[in-house]
Amino acid sequence: MSVIFLLIIFSLLLAIGFLLAFIWSVRDGQFEDDYTPSVRILFEDENTAPKESTKEDV
Amino acid sequence: MENQIVTEQLVKCYHCGDECKDTVIIKDDLNFCCEGCRLVYEILNENNLCRYYQMNEKPGISPGRPSHQEQFAYLDQPEILSGMLQFSEGGTQAVQLFIPQIHCSSCIWLLEHLNKLQEGIIRSRVDFVKRSLLIYFKEQDTSLRKVVELLASLGYMPVLQMDLLESGKVPAKSKEEIYKIGIAGFCFGNIMLFSFPEYFSLNSFQEPGFNHVFNYVNLGLSLPVFFYCSKGFFRTALNGLKQRFLNIDVPIALGILVMFLRSIVEIVWGYGSGYLDTMAGLVFFMLIGRSFQNKTYQTLSFERNYKSFFPVAVLCRREGREVGVQVSDLKKGDRILIRNEELIPADALLVKGNACIDYSFVTGESRLINKQAGELIYAGGKHKGGIIELEIVKAVSQSYLTQLWNQDAFNSEKLSDKFQQLVNRISHYFTIVLVLIALAGLSWWYYHADPAKAWNAFTAVLIIACPCALAISSPFTLGNVLRIFGRKKFYLKNASTIEKLANADTLVFDKTGTLTRNKQVDVNFSGIALSALQTIHLASLLRQSAHPISKQLFDYLAVEGKVPVAGFQEITGKGIKGVVDGVEWVMGSAEFLGLEDTEIDQLTTRTYLRVNGNLLGFFSLGNKYRDGLRSMIDHFKSKNYRMVVLTGDNEGEESRLRDLFGANTHLRFRQSPADKLQAVQELQQQGSNVLMIGDGLNDAGALRQSDIGISISDDVNNFSPACDAILDAGSFRLLPSFLKAARASKEIILISFCVAILYNIVGLWFALQGTLSPVFAAILMPLSSITIISLTTGLSGWASRRIA
Repeated sequence: MSVIFLLIIFSLLLAIGFLLAFIWSVRDGQFEDDYTPSVRILFEDENTAPKESTKEDV
Repeated sequence: MENQIVTEQLVKCYHCGDECKDTVIIKDDLNFCCEGCRLVYEILNENNLCRYYQMNEKPGISPGRPSHQEQFAYLDQPEILSGMLQFSEGGTQAVQLFIPQIHCSSCIWLLEHLNKLQEGIIRSRVDFVKRSLLIYFKEQDTSLRKVVELLASLGYMPVLQMDLLESGKVPAKSKEEIYKIGIAGFCFGNIMLFSFPEYFSLNSFQEPGFNHVFNYVNLGLSLPVFFYCSKGFFRTALNGLKQRFLNIDVPIALGILVMFLRSIVEIVWGYGSGYLDTMAGLVFFMLIGRSFQNKTYQTLSFERNYKSFFPVAVLCRREGREVGVQVSDLKKGDRILIRNEELIPADALLVKGNACIDYSFVTGESRLINKQAGELIYAGGKHKGGIIELEIVKAVSQSYLTQLWNQDAFNSEKLSDKFQQLVNRISHYFTIVLVLIALAGLSWWYYHADPAKAWNAFTAVLIIACPCALAISSPFTLGNVLRIFGRKKFYLKNASTIEKLANADTLVFDKTGTLTRNKQVDVNFSGIALSALQTIHLASLLRQSAHPISKQLFDYLAVEGKVPVAGFQEITGKGIKGVVDGVEWVMGSAEFLGLEDTEIDQLTTRTYLRVNGNLLGFFSLGNKYRDGLRSMIDHFKSKNYRMVVLTGDNEGEESRLRDLFGANTHLRFRQSPADKLQAVQELQQQGSNVLMIGDGLNDAGALRQSDIGISISDDVNNFSPACDAILDAGSFRLLPSFLKAARASKEIILISFCVAILYNIVGLWFALQGTLSPVFAAILMPLSSITIISLTTGLSGWASRRIA
């Protein structure tokens, strides 16, 4: 039963690791724009190869 | 009432949705309003990007004037480049551009697929809320100039100034908020996990050292919560105490402190395992509640800036024509025409005309400032005089206008914010009552010789009582209602206006422009016919004024040419005069021209015309009342609203109005602006709570005097800062529903107060008996907050759903 001490230590370390990852992501600016990604996921991938006709250089 | 439905076959542009008025350009069986739109379509079509049109209807923006070759040449200069580029390394460059035209998902889609349209662009990313675009491109294959030219050709002209991204939010602050929530949540979850043995009383199965280990781990986890995450609460509470004011954070801070100390005592002395889970939970949920509140305000301001309807329109010169454009659709470089008494909606340069600007809206001083061509005029000023032409320099900021509106010099009454006061008073008494109850519990148990239970009860009371629900019910309800109203084109100044709406018991209506429609009016002229030249002169005179009658006559005359008018004067509600080509023109009511009102025509308004001293005749305008007016009036009668109609017009309409309003309504004719103001004052002296609706032009004083003034907007720029709300003419018939919803929101707030108090009573019941278990406390508080939030949001949404 005393193995539970070891387990607690490991689980805490793991959890703290995730917390640090969270802090890293916030600092990196992942949560700055929380609206546009919600629109972006609705776009579909498609084959957008340019048409055969003359493609003007804009 | 007549209901004329005129259907025309409108041809709309496939790209931008504008009407194709004169020229229709057809390509691939699709209609376009101009070459620019067609070009954009072709570009997209050739590059297989027509998905742009599938995601939204008519998502495009007309690119406007085609850019000259050299318009963006300056972007090739290295000094400019270094100022604008975000990043330049190893052949890759990045720039962040502010593009205010971004307004839908199609825009996002297209702007993130720019790499399909230009070789050198690597990738691009949109931030919709900030309206910004971050583009990475290869220095070799393209340049900033080419990128900007591409954007301009698509209709997404960026605003190119050094520091332009609207800094509404402070990113650093919101990051700290996220950190706090993240850490609090982390600790809360883990503390609860490590409290499982305690919850399920597994202590007997373990070695004696175990619960100590768990307790100290919990203590360790609670440290960041207490010292970092709760910083905000302690700071606000201390500030409040310094000013001898018990704000809402004081009981919260007190609860956190007591829980922490009691838990330390219990753990270190071995009495128990403390209330650390409750403490962490409280902090976590309070932080979420605050963040949610802030988000609601941000969403609200976002909506009010970009989605909600600031129903002010200005005359804009587009493609050689003068059209009415919503203030929110104005861009930098647009040429706008401002008439007498109209508001300058954005910072602009004076191009033509003499401007006399009244900045009382902004500074509080009513001094008229003269401006010459080439000078900059700031947003918020009101122009007095003949028509002027301006070029917009900075995009319209609805938030700035709303801000001005709220802090304008007319805002002398602070006591209108009753709800905020109520909350403050409640939080003040809440703490005092709470401490008294806690002391009562303490002394009670001491008296019954149970000191352990005494301290138990004392601290439990301080822990369980939560004022948070009280604090959030009002802003959530009002914020939700404000948002819903805005969607329905009823734009309120701020949240406390809702309460004013609910309190009104007397409705005062202006007639011209409020009860009657501004468009599609029958006009007839009796008298000496005007020559073509005279018609042009008359139109030029009428053009200077923003009065509904001037507009109606101008539309009726429908001439293209115009000549300058000197010495233009408008006497509000009476008439206009000016000198055209050396001849004096006077136009207005019979009284204004010094005539006797001999025949009072039953159904029309007469406007007389005198040129160079000769009376030429008069225009008679048929009054068309707005749709839905009768049912609206009947509704108000059934709800026992008192109604009054004030009009500057003569008694010609009396029988018509009597027919609509009934015998009990007070009708007053020939009211000058001062008369209207007096009428409102009289009503108030009789104890009425007055709601007034007018067009804001000739009843500004009365609007300001009323307890709540609503300015009705019919595609015009007659926004008067004296009003508390702007209502779009199309939503006029929804007025009964709006008032109903306002009253309902008052009830909703009271209901949520009661629910919050109920929760507190339940909690106190257990706390005073000393039987408050940690689990119970941990569940009760978040439960109360969540209940209040869902209750207020749900009920206010339901009450407003009936606004059809």
